[in-house]
Amino acid sequence: MSIIETDQKEQERANARLLKDDTGFAAGKIACFQYLCVAALGFLLFNFWDLQINNPEFYNERAERNRIRSVPTTAARGKIYDRENRIIVDNHSSFKVRLLREHLTFEHLKPIADGLNMDYDELVAKVKRFSSQPKYTPMPLKQDLTPGEVAFVDSHKGDSMLPELDLIHGQQRLYPRGGLLAHVIGYVGEVTEKELNEPEFARFTQGDIIGKTGIEREYNEILMGVDGQRQWVVDHLGTLRYPVDEDKPAVPGKSLQLSLDLDLQSVAELALENRTGAVVALDPRTGEVLAMVSRPAFDLNAFAGRIRTAVWDEIRNDPRGPMNNRCIQPFAPGSTFKPISAIAGLETGAIDEKTRFHCNGVATFYGNPFHCLGHHGDIDLHHAIIYSCDVYFYNLANRLGIDKLAEFGELVGLGKKTGIDLPDEKAGLMPDPKWKLRTFRQKWMGGETINVGIGQGALSLTPLQLASAIGGIAQGGVWHKPHLVRDTRVGPPRTANWNPDNVDAVVRGMYGVVNEGGTARGAYLPGIELCGKTGTAQVVSNAFREKYKQYAEDFKDNGWFVGFAPRKNPEIVVVAVLPGGGEHGDHVAPIVRDVVKAYFDKKSRQAAQKQVADYKARLNSVLALVAPTGAAQ
Amino acid sequence: MAQDRSVRDFDWWLLAISLVLCGVGVLQIYSATLDSNLKTAWWKQIIWIVISLVVMWLMTQIDYHTLLGQVPILYAISIGLLVLTLFSIRVLGAVRWLGYGMFKFQVSEFFKIVVVLLMTKYLAELKSERLEARDLLRLGGFIGLPMLLVAAQPDLGTAITFVPILAIGVLIAGLRWQHIATILVLCGLFAWPAWMTMKDYQKDRVITFVDPGRDPQGKGYQVIQSRIAIGSGGIWGKGATKGFQTQLRFLPMPQTDFIFSTFAEEHGFVGVAVVLGLYFLLLLQIVQNAQTAPDRAGMYICMGVAALLLFHVLVNVGMVVGRMPVVGIPLPLMSSGGSNLIAMFMMLGLVNNVRLRRFVN
Repeated sequence: MSIIETDQKEQERANARLLKDDTGFAAGKIACFQYLCVAALGFLLFNFWDLQINNPEFYNERAERNRIRSVPTTAARGKIYDRENRIIVDNHSSFKVRLLREHLTFEHLKPIADGLNMDYDELVAKVKRFSSQPKYTPMPLKQDLTPGEVAFVDSHKGDSMLPELDLIHGQQRLYPRGGLLAHVIGYVGEVTEKELNEPEFARFTQGDIIGKTGIEREYNEILMGVDGQRQWVVDHLGTLRYPVDEDKPAVPGKSLQLSLDLDLQSVAELALENRTGAVVALDPRTGEVLAMVSRPAFDLNAFAGRIRTAVWDEIRNDPRGPMNNRCIQPFAPGSTFKPISAIAGLETGAIDEKTRFHCNGVATFYGNPFHCLGHHGDIDLHHAIIYSCDVYFYNLANRLGIDKLAEFGELVGLGKKTGIDLPDEKAGLMPDPKWKLRTFRQKWMGGETINVGIGQGALSLTPLQLASAIGGIAQGGVWHKPHLVRDTRVGPPRTANWNPDNVDAVVRGMYGVVNEGGTARGAYLPGIELCGKTGTAQVVSNAFREKYKQYAEDFKDNGWFVGFAPRKNPEIVVVAVLPGGGEHGDHVAPIVRDVVKAYFDKKSRQAAQKQVADYKARLNSVLALVAPTGAAQ
Repeated sequence: MAQDRSVRDFDWWLLAISLVLCGVGVLQIYSATLDSNLKTAWWKQIIWIVISLVVMWLMTQIDYHTLLGQVPILYAISIGLLVLTLFSIRVLGAVRWLGYGMFKFQVSEFFKIVVVLLMTKYLAELKSERLEARDLLRLGGFIGLPMLLVAAQPDLGTAITFVPILAIGVLIAGLRWQHIATILVLCGLFAWPAWMTMKDYQKDRVITFVDPGRDPQGKGYQVIQSRIAIGSGGIWGKGATKGFQTQLRFLPMPQTDFIFSTFAEEHGFVGVAVVLGLYFLLLLQIVQNAQTAPDRAGMYICMGVAALLLFHVLVNVGMVVGRMPVVGIPLPLMSSGGSNLIAMFMMLGLVNNVRLRRFVN
């Protein structure tokens, strides 16, 4: 056999195999494919094992979070009542809308801003600020929707158009109209990012409504309540399908009862009219605030929802400062300080009741002339108070010295906060040499003492401080901490161990101011022993005023009046001030008179009503004895 | 030759397994579309299954050798239809289907059968034991052209399904290691320009595949929701129609591409194991037919179908567990939709076609 033959045979065999179309050559590769199938399906099965057997809890929780949405049920803030349980602040039903950020499409912000009457740029900025929060935390969009806005949200939520909107029913604050009690109550608002960084607000989250000023802020913890939650099953569009039984009810805030008397408050507000100023009425026996007015005021209802920027700017930029509660802002007291000088002089022995000084309109101390408004001649303490003789009190201050004056000022509560339950109370200033050295690095000048003696100089105090101080003096040296909320635990009063005769001397002087033809004779009330003291504080010196005549408008006097009644065991002390009003104290006195009159009128009316009620009750009990026999017949 | 074939020769196991999977699919479609605007999808699916069975029977009747003889014509017609589809999409802004109403069909689905037949015809007629480079290039060209047409629709997912058919064919036919190496290098070289020409949503799919947590509400949403659905199913599942992820529509396309995650949520690991087991049996059954095929052509047909089925299952199920990119290819036999179902049954018909003729000659 040749080699060629062998090759031919070989070739034939190969051809035969091809002709037979043998598939045997592929057997190994097909087996490989089978292994590949095993591997592929094994790989898939392993993945399911990993997801379903190894950590189903993780995915269960994720699935839960997917389908369960917590819808907050807003807790109503506590209501606020006056001392006779008449409602001051109520709530009303309102709608607010949230942005569900996990469904947010950025392009939707424009129609949302349009539909909700919001500023588009502000909205975008807010969404951006919010982006640091977890995606499933909804963002509060707008409070207190108008019916039109509610309809807008209602018609667009749920469907695929604006799935990010979520309407929530809630409670909105309803405040007295026209700025009544605006400063005392204060307003609420959404907690700001800045506030969230402060420890006081640390427990709140974005979108929480908190008290910003006044009682709303001071008692926020009590008023606020705790929002509840209701768990809903939602679908992928965020449509609420049905609630799940785990339900955390909202805990409404607790109500507060204020010591304020709405009747008295109304009288005080009316008496002040539209003048810039403040009125405070206290019950000196307890420290309860009966009325507190500050003007100009603002309408709290403008703040109840989300305040519009324009309104906010208007209030904030008002040069008269409507946001300031003037009852707790310091002003130069003028002659209303004189009773404090007087009790200081009597108690230290610098003067006694019979001490007389000669007033011929001016007196010279430390080489400088100090003026008086009148020529009072030889004058004793009683008449010095009645006619508000400055020369008498210059001499008194000169004898006392600044240290004693400051000591008594501090004793009656000047220069430090009264501790009333309101935020932003100012301390005022009771000047003394230490203060001057600390603040101005200057030595105290003797002439300054003379000025402080009549309530001028650096001395400043708040209407509330003055009311508290005078009320305490009138009671012989008992000062209760002023407070607005009735059932607050008030600590024991500060007391001074004074000679009752000295106290009586001062009180008699103040009685004379109104009842013996003194500076406030216009405030005389028949049948009511109103005692008081006027004050007209110069904001600038006479020389300064002379020099800048053209600016006289800006340097008008502070007109004051402090009054209490009755003379023995006073029940009410009222301070009114018209800072920069250019009015003399005797023009301020009628405000106080009106409030005091309202107080006693109401008291006698209530007494009469009680008498009638008692009579009726007695009559009924008598009739009850008679009736059975009558019925038997 | 019809008298040579008997009813007993028909692959009843193949049919039984397929129908069980279809049944599971119908139940799952019912559950997934309950209370939605697609709630009629399940009985439509039953109609499709009936139609598919008829088509399958027809496919067994024509000898596959006859079909192979018509490959050039089938190829030409299919390319023509693909061009027409592409034209209507690109120019008229239409969708991927031809036809109207319920009888819309996706040309690209049926092109898979043509690819199987084309591969078979070319490789079965080869007279050498090793594949030459020029054969590879020619075959690649034949299949590459429709791939480009489908990818341009753009339907990358379906286009890629042609690859495993070609791959199994050339691997069995005897691909040289040098060629494999060359292909890998070329793939590497073309990856960059391919990435550059990809559409944004296609790029997103790839990126999302690499890192689904990157944008949980956006592109990775589907995969994350799918994994949540599967994971929350646990061992036994939440029960039919009780899957919250499914019923509350957190899952995208719960009756088509993501049907398996809804199934996994409602029937748990046990259900998954059973269904994957059924697919495995189906694959083995097809492979068994390849092993007993009377000739190379029959073997290639069966292996092509097996490879396509494996690829579909691997990519779809891999996708729902987050191990494969979201390329939108359906799960064979279970996903709702007619084109894929009919195409799949046509291919199973081809496998039976081969089986019925195994004792011929």
